[in-house]
Amino acid sequence: MKSNTLTIIKKEFARFFGDRQLLFTTVIMPGLLIYLIYSMMGNGIGKMVSEGAGDPVTLRVEHMPKSLEPILQSLDSAGVTVLPAAFTDADIKQLEDNDLNTLLVRFPNDFDQQVANYDPQSGELAPNIKIYYNSTNNASQRIYTVLENMLSGYESMMSNRFDVNRADTAEAQFDMASEESIGAMIWSKILPMMILIMLFSGMMAIAPSAIAGEKERGTIATLLVTPMKRNDLALGKIVSLSCIGILSGLSSFIGIVLSLPKMINLDNAGATFHYTPSDYVILLLVILSTVLIMSSVVSMLSALAKDVKNAGTMMVPGMLVVMVCGLIPMFQGNASTNFAAYLIPFYNSTEVMVGVFMHEAQWSMTIVCLCANVVYTAAAVWGLTRMFNSEKIMFSR
Amino acid sequence: MKEILRVEELCKTFKLSPKQQKIERTTQRYKTAVDHLSFNAYQGEIFGLLGPNGAGKTTTLRMLSTLIRPDSGDAIIDGSSVVNHPTDVRSKIAFLTSELKLEDFFTPNYIFDFFSKLHGVDERVMQERKQQMFSRFGIDKFAEVKVANLSTGMKQKLSLIVSLVHQPNIIIFDEPTNGLDVLTARTVTDYLQELRSEGKTIILSTHIFSLVERLCDRVGIIIDGRMISYGTLNEVCGDMNLEDRFFEIYKEQKGGEE
Repeated sequence: MKSNTLTIIKKEFARFFGDRQLLFTTVIMPGLLIYLIYSMMGNGIGKMVSEGAGDPVTLRVEHMPKSLEPILQSLDSAGVTVLPAAFTDADIKQLEDNDLNTLLVRFPNDFDQQVANYDPQSGELAPNIKIYYNSTNNASQRIYTVLENMLSGYESMMSNRFDVNRADTAEAQFDMASEESIGAMIWSKILPMMILIMLFSGMMAIAPSAIAGEKERGTIATLLVTPMKRNDLALGKIVSLSCIGILSGLSSFIGIVLSLPKMINLDNAGATFHYTPSDYVILLLVILSTVLIMSSVVSMLSALAKDVKNAGTMMVPGMLVVMVCGLIPMFQGNASTNFAAYLIPFYNSTEVMVGVFMHEAQWSMTIVCLCANVVYTAAAVWGLTRMFNSEKIMFSR
Repeated sequence: MKEILRVEELCKTFKLSPKQQKIERTTQRYKTAVDHLSFNAYQGEIFGLLGPNGAGKTTTLRMLSTLIRPDSGDAIIDGSSVVNHPTDVRSKIAFLTSELKLEDFFTPNYIFDFFSKLHGVDERVMQERKQQMFSRFGIDKFAEVKVANLSTGMKQKLSLIVSLVHQPNIIIFDEPTNGLDVLTARTVTDYLQELRSEGKTIILSTHIFSLVERLCDRVGIIIDGRMISYGTLNEVCGDMNLEDRFFEIYKEQKGGEE
């Protein structure tokens, strides 16, 4: 690398790493915030779901039928006290606020007889069991679900003709997808978008001040009167932005990966994250080449902008494009096998990442993607060089 | 004397935005800032460009420093064309204007090293020059203070030092004493004279008559982008003082309207 390019890179690093506030808000804070927020959300949701789920519950049953008595009494093992007792409308009203851990079940008076006499072909309404509960109470909701399933099972049993996927043994398995491939599918749908968004967010935090800020402060003209070649300046800006963007993106990425198991309630998420060294190399290369394109795009937008504020506004559509490219895996299965897909910037990176996470990455497609990204970056360096040469762009206020 | 700068028929026209048209109170879409301007400068002299605001002085100096490109014409600086070899020109000149700023975040020490590296100055030479220049301008005590915390005068002195890190033969200076307190202004003008005695050529623009009379060996009067008169002070003014001569020329050009 040319010495002037290195001098520019060092200066950008000195500017960035010397500013503790900028360093904190760009590198440390995103990862920390993401980890804290996602973990808190995950814990909160988990707590909300599990809270009170194990509390003792009373089930008051009116007109308990003989046929169902053993089944209902078996709920005792789930911490449910079953009391045969009549109840009134006032008791039902109590479930709203006070008697949250109680469920009221009302059977028709001669339930067994009515069921025995009922002809589904008659067109008459079937005998109805009413279960009063409070869905905001986890224990009440849980027992309601258990009870409903039990009664539905009893109903099916009475007219049983066939079963679907009945597990006759504990080892019975019908979904043949391995735990690893299910994990891979989840990662391939979530991570490409998150990686792209985090990298671009990092860029957006620093790129406006890198060139538009220099224009606004009048320091770019001081650089432009030196004998340094404009392409050295362009390359220096793009490379330094890329490095800082990677740091910022990495911080966010670590925050996500650490908090994701809590967020999606996957205790063994790590167990599904099995990739080969080749996968990691491809992932690293594609991230690096994507960062180069991103920093090229944001550098050009920053150069075009009149000031930092204007640069920030101009980068919003870029973020939308990146988000759309990242969202595509949500609606598709495996990575594309179409060669042309790997020539489209940002989208090509998404496809390669899907391939990696789905354990089906191909070096041929990866190389196409990398070459395309390098060509686009070279074109951007050329474009940025032209911009640095344009008095209209550099000095328009 | 060796001719070190030759400006030939330099022209520059700017397109006016609707906002600029409103400010300039004109309906014309284009404004000619510099109109077939020609002059030359010799080694070891201070050449002053004198003119009212908007006369085209700054645009001329920006073209000489290669920040903007002429529409037509050319300027040859120490054998290099501003149109065809701008990078060569940049290595031969120092350009200083109040529009050029230094990064507030860095210290004078860092900024001096940074620009020295961009100019390809050898590390040992750089340290010697830095020590000498910082001491000469009293910046050594503030070498590790961020530019943001320096006084305006100190910042201007630092800008001057930084523009000269590569010890160029030609120094282009737009309004050298603009916004400076009397002490700093004096330090700067004394230094320009010192540079001239070392054989450097200085092109400066100003609208301050006393500055031209005190410093310049030759002067060019620019009005509406055109060089109306140029030569030594005697050649331009005859037996008049510069201020009276300038207004006489100005009235001739403007048809006595001002």
